[in-house]
Amino acid sequence: MLDVMANILQTTVLYSTPLVLAAMGGLFSERSGVVNIALEGLMTIGAFTAAVATLATGNPWLGLAAAMLSGVAFAWPHAAASIRFKADQVVSGVAINFLALGTSVYLVKHLYDSGQTPTVQETLKRMPIPGLDQIPVIGPSLFNAFPTTYIALVVSILSYIVLYRTPFGMRLRAVGEHPRAAETMGVNVVRMRYTAVLISGALAALGGAGLSIAIGSEFNQNTVAGQGFIALAALIFGKWHPFGALGAASFFGFAVALALMGQFFGLTQYVSSEVLNMLPYVLTILALAGFVGRAEAPAAIGKVYETDSR
Amino acid sequence: MNAVEMRGITKRFPGIVANDQVHLSVNQGEIHALLGENGAGKSTLMNILFGLYQPDEGEIFIREKPVKITGPTKAAALGIGMVHQHFMLVEPFTVTENIILGAEPTSRGCIDRHRAEREVREISEKYGLRVDPTARIRDISVGMQQRVEILKTLYRGAEVLIFDEPTAVLSPQEIDELMEIMENLVREGKTIIFITHKLKEIMRICDTVTVIRRGKTIGSTSVKGTSEQELASMMVGREVSFSVNKQESRPGKTVLKVQSLTVKDSRGVEAVRGLDLEVRAGEIVGLAGVDGNGQSELLEAITGLRKAHAGDILLNGEAITRLQPRAIARRGVGHIPEDRQKRGLVLDFSIGENMVLQTYDQTPFAKGFLLRYPEIFRHAKRLIEDFDVRTPDEQTHARALSGGNQQKAIIAREVDRDPDLLIAAQPTRGLDVGAIEFIHRRLVEQRDKGKAVLLMSLELDEILKLSDRIAVMYGGRIAGWLNPKTTNEEEIGLLMAGGKVGEEVAQG
Repeated sequence: MLDVMANILQTTVLYSTPLVLAAMGGLFSERSGVVNIALEGLMTIGAFTAAVATLATGNPWLGLAAAMLSGVAFAWPHAAASIRFKADQVVSGVAINFLALGTSVYLVKHLYDSGQTPTVQETLKRMPIPGLDQIPVIGPSLFNAFPTTYIALVVSILSYIVLYRTPFGMRLRAVGEHPRAAETMGVNVVRMRYTAVLISGALAALGGAGLSIAIGSEFNQNTVAGQGFIALAALIFGKWHPFGALGAASFFGFAVALALMGQFFGLTQYVSSEVLNMLPYVLTILALAGFVGRAEAPAAIGKVYETDSR
Repeated sequence: MNAVEMRGITKRFPGIVANDQVHLSVNQGEIHALLGENGAGKSTLMNILFGLYQPDEGEIFIREKPVKITGPTKAAALGIGMVHQHFMLVEPFTVTENIILGAEPTSRGCIDRHRAEREVREISEKYGLRVDPTARIRDISVGMQQRVEILKTLYRGAEVLIFDEPTAVLSPQEIDELMEIMENLVREGKTIIFITHKLKEIMRICDTVTVIRRGKTIGSTSVKGTSEQELASMMVGREVSFSVNKQESRPGKTVLKVQSLTVKDSRGVEAVRGLDLEVRAGEIVGLAGVDGNGQSELLEAITGLRKAHAGDILLNGEAITRLQPRAIARRGVGHIPEDRQKRGLVLDFSIGENMVLQTYDQTPFAKGFLLRYPEIFRHAKRLIEDFDVRTPDEQTHARALSGGNQQKAIIAREVDRDPDLLIAAQPTRGLDVGAIEFIHRRLVEQRDKGKAVLLMSLELDEILKLSDRIAVMYGGRIAGWLNPKTTNEEEIGLLMAGGKVGEEVAQG
């Protein structure tokens, strides 16, 4: 029984990690008032770039760095469209999703003449933390995890500190609640939102990178498979708070783990595996359809900010 | 010394010149009123002084030195602070967070909350601005929110404070408190620019007044040497009558009868508790009371917008208690709602469409299932003319109109349906004397035509001036009936506060 629990916990941690990182990315963007439905596309481009850069250099850390840069590059048009050109943020985000998927699948075909990248040999490896990894049940899952897991935890804590303890974070949240008020207090709304969306791109792409060079070892068009949307759901479910989003992302990770492990543990005797596989997505729909959390949304989210308007 | 001088300021927006060669000079240490009708250009001028807009022409001098105010940060650095009409407060943030936003004290990169709270406490004590530094904005009263707005400017070291129509959202008690605060500030050496269209407040507290009309400076004068009457005609550009000419009412049959009505508010608390009320044809009944004593819920129940918990509402003897708002409107109830932008108009519809919100499906506005826009717009044109709604045309969106003209449009629509009962909730809130005069005349006209009018207002002035009988609401009940000819503000105020008055007028 302990084995089963350890196993589920380990899989949960494994699949939560990309969700946590992408959700933190979404957190910055949405807290500043810009809807980021582009998380999916940003994860995709991150996963693609990480795989390609790692294949090219043989160094997965360079793969992570390249992924973050690619995320920033693809978040930029979303920022420009929704902040500078005042486009609809949802439409712009959807466009980024298509653009990212299209670009990466096309480039994979172009580079490797195949539907997927070759297998990445130099992936990030599990890093045991000496001593702690010997703790029964939680040791092997929490303290013998991929580096991305540790990064995700650190990013969550840092996100909390930055958003809730520093002037930068307070201004960012003010911009997402009442941009005009922030502006009258001397805060540069446009610069704040740009910064937030670009951070969002870097973090979401980092999450995506973990899928292709840590958990997995290749990139194809199904590598991300809707996890960006799940991360968005986790963000909403977690009420736009770093720790809320961390918890919610772990919960979604648990749902994925349950679906994956279902077969092994004979859960499929009772429920068909198709239903188990649906679980994370059903939860996502419930969250995105607004059954939870809507009341907590940043007040100015999705609204174009006009300066010098009457 | 001049604290502020603005010379020849011109600001154009697409289609209009909001400020046309405006002059303003404000002395150090005075309360200077900036008076003008809605849309006269007062707020534009102040937004220029605060750096939110850039002027197309003109010069600004602060303490006699020429300056360019490129943004709110620059304005703050020059010691100019603005208390906005629509509060610029972040609702989920605390009082302290709102005050320090943009100028946060830090230690080791993080916000130093303790220091911030201490500083806020110090300033609030110095100027007598009571606030709770740790409370969240959404949990505190409007009056306290305004004090937070004032503290925001003081925290940044403001020497000149601009108050943009600060009393519009306050209760009479809160207005008294604000006046005291303003006097405190001036005593501490601050200069205040007070934007308003309320003449009483100017006479009460200001030293100098500058009048702006249609974007131009009309003149500047010392308050001591002028009168409300003179200021009003300067502001509007013609003689304004303050008193309402009306004859003795000749009440007829009962139009509205409310019997032991109980209504719950949104939180499920009883806001109206077993209330009885009668309004007869040919009379105006004034409903007075401090905000939040059940007036809004009562009117919502009569118009069907809120379910009555118990009791009956009869219109011309027939129960309308459980009817839909639409059915009630069709039976002859006109409603000028309290919040004209939320409930009175669809802001993104044209004026023409707004004029047929209840009647769009009737001839001549509809044929079969199609709307007949030519008819709808012809109808709107007539109403725009009859009610002097100032709009470029009938196809303009309601959003683009000034508050006064939005209100005139609503009144035109409701009065034109010729209802037996007209309910007017705060019909002149936020409007200037010209528009107020017009609306008052229209209400009395309805009465004289033999209609029943129920007027709810927080302005005692208005209640006393228009009503034939006054009902004072307190704690969800009618605390007493008063005769406007024999009563006064003090007596009404006493009933409003829950006190008792010796002589009461028998109902009916």
